Amino acid sequence: MTVTSPKLVKLDGIEKHFGAVRALGGVDLAVGQGECLGLVGHNGAGKSTLMHVLAGTASADRGSLTILGEAPAGYSPGIAKKLGVRCVFQELSLCPNLTVAENTRVFHPSLTGFNWRAKAGRLILEKLDAIFPGHGISASDLVQDLAIGRRQMVEVARAFTATDEPVRLIILDEPTSSLDAHTARQLLGFMRRAVADGISFIFISHLLGEVLEHCDRIVVMRDGRTVADADATTFDRDRLVAAMGDVEVHARETRANKGRARGQSPLRVRARPRRQSGIGELVAHEGEIIGLAGLAGHGQTELLLAIFSAAMRADARAEVTASVALVAGDRQADGVFPLWSIAENIGVRSLPSLRQGLLISPRREDALANLWRDKIRIRTPDVHHNILSLSGGNQQKALFARALGSDARIVLMDDPMRGVDVGTKLEVYDLIREEADAGRTFLWYTTETDELKQCDHVYVFRNGAIVADLTSDEVTEQKVIQSSFAEAS
Amino acid sequence: MKGTLGRAFATPWIWSFVGALAVWLAAVFFTGGYGAGGMLTAALSLAVFTVVVGVGQMFVITLGPGNVDLSLPANIGLASAVAMTVMAGDDGRILLGLAAALACGLAIGAANYLLIWALRIPPIIATLSASFVIQSIDISYGRGLQIKPPPGFADFTNIQVLGIPILAVLTVLFTVGAGLALQRTIFGRSVLAIGQNMRAARLAGIRVNRVRFATYALSGTLGGIDGALLAGYFRGANVDIGNEYLLASIAVVVIGGTSVAGGKANVPGLWGAALFLVLLLTMLNTFGVSAGVRLVLTGLIIVAVITAAGGAEAAR
Repeated sequence: MTVTSPKLVKLDGIEKHFGAVRALGGVDLAVGQGECLGLVGHNGAGKSTLMHVLAGTASADRGSLTILGEAPAGYSPGIAKKLGVRCVFQELSLCPNLTVAENTRVFHPSLTGFNWRAKAGRLILEKLDAIFPGHGISASDLVQDLAIGRRQMVEVARAFTATDEPVRLIILDEPTSSLDAHTARQLLGFMRRAVADGISFIFISHLLGEVLEHCDRIVVMRDGRTVADADATTFDRDRLVAAMGDVEVHARETRANKGRARGQSPLRVRARPRRQSGIGELVAHEGEIIGLAGLAGHGQTELLLAIFSAAMRADARAEVTASVALVAGDRQADGVFPLWSIAENIGVRSLPSLRQGLLISPRREDALANLWRDKIRIRTPDVHHNILSLSGGNQQKALFARALGSDARIVLMDDPMRGVDVGTKLEVYDLIREEADAGRTFLWYTTETDELKQCDHVYVFRNGAIVADLTSDEVTEQKVIQSSFAEAS
Repeated sequence: MKGTLGRAFATPWIWSFVGALAVWLAAVFFTGGYGAGGMLTAALSLAVFTVVVGVGQMFVITLGPGNVDLSLPANIGLASAVAMTVMAGDDGRILLGLAAALACGLAIGAANYLLIWALRIPPIIATLSASFVIQSIDISYGRGLQIKPPPGFADFTNIQVLGIPILAVLTVLFTVGAGLALQRTIFGRSVLAIGQNMRAARLAGIRVNRVRFATYALSGTLGGIDGALLAGYFRGANVDIGNEYLLASIAVVVIGGTSVAGGKANVPGLWGAALFLVLLLTMLNTFGVSAGVRLVLTGLIIVAVITAAGGAEAAR
């Protein structure tokens, strides 16, 4: 990239307020043709809001936007699409009741005629095959039946499909947070090839390694402003973290539970995946952090849900000896109550203990919410605000608070760190370790190797069954990926 | 001061009271002030019956899209007959009769949810088909006879203190309790959570089936007690006594500011809406319009109130 590369998109002095909250305070941003721009910052720094302005789904209070040197009048998602701006947002935008092909047709009105379904199916499968070889998705699958990782793959592939409109800029807002390491690599590789073909990208991720490796230029946002903007080569991990405003720079050493031998403490969970043949079963004891690994959608979430319902009523597949709480990863479908305040969303799992006499005490509810707001830094001036006033990562923190603030002795986590920033992640790791030392048991499904390293013991899943059983010393990315692909032994 | 007023107008239920006040003033203006107090007393007396079933319907509708109890009219009819038969015109058996009406309503509510849960029928169909069955039972059980209430019970439902029906006072206390139950008990919070996202509610540890069962049972029970009270107030039970409460129970919930999409309910609004509906009829009657025009106007005015309430909400 040279300095003279023509600017495709230019944002100047963008400001945006939500009520009293300033989301963007005068942001300048430019993307050149065939450039991959990495955008990083903490939860609530304004990244997603800025992208909504660029995509036309939100209008700026002040500031200007130019695309290809012109300022489009009455900018809207429709105009953005015509000009070639495509986006893949954190909150997935596919219609759950339609098939993959039908969702593609919704995006491309020019697919007409009797066989539009077949045309749309071919279009999307072509892209899926190109980006995610071996994706296992069929064009006639209903979106609601796809696991969140596959939904994310369809969403990404759809952004790349082209019919009568050009594709110039693709915004990827944390596309890898719902993908496992393998598919994330496929996507990043494809992104670089597309950059070579002249398509521009804005790539948002909390995984700084991805951004450093795959972007040409990196912009750091903090508190609704850009605080750094330079070539990717001039950054390293520590500089990025420092620019984002973190006190803590280094990822702490893992502190796995080395002092205690496995199986010394009482049994908490014993469960067998439904499609398990042979002897494999998942076992968790009090005070352990158990990782569930493998490619996304290979039965990890399913087993967590089975354990959850076994705790509610007897189930032959799983033995659970204590109360259970779940931290949802798919927060829209499984977690957030959209009409409620942050405090109500946090308190819902702890209602019996919030009572004073017969009635729920608002004072206790607020106390619980404020305690956790401060403990894991949910960015809000007031816990009585609606939960949707929070950014995606902060909503996820509220769901964490819901489970950790409850009386549950076992916490099930369904890839819960989607959209959570680096600083918070490290804090949550510590918090989980602390709670485990105090006797809580964690079952942690995650697609990130860093998180598996926090676990005392890891089970790798493939096709709905446990195929490997690793102790904390054995966990490496290679080992996990190897087991994910190896034939079941 | 201005802020308080602004907040008051931002709450959706205020519009139902504004509407009730407006139609009352219009009627009073037309009669030249004659019968203003009597109109209010009559409106309070009649609104009670709508509010009682409205509370049940509100909890059911708050469970989320598709949840509605269409068996209330048949339920009211059967419970009124059961109550009057058990009381058998004897003042000493009033409590027994009320208990029978409650049990009858509870059984109907439980049967409704059994249909929904065991056969996985949508609530609209389940409660509607249940209502046909209940109606048939009522017809064969009551044989179309009008059964008189005991004099003590009939008098009780008509007592007024300073022009305020005692039943209305009791119902106000009951709705205060319902409001607390909705916002401050585990049951109420569970209903609100299920209405927003049933899957998330289950994963947050809420016993979804139990709560839904309790909600339909509650709605049935309230229908039962309403049937007994109506039979006392109108001095006799009959099969058709609950007919108007099919639409009325749903209308007061919606006008009162409860979301039909579920997850958001409003108790004070039920009172405003019930008074509004009753006073609207009174007003149109004093104007002397024909039955056809009355229906058209009722429909139009309800639409107007809902639009006003919805607009206020959107502007927030």
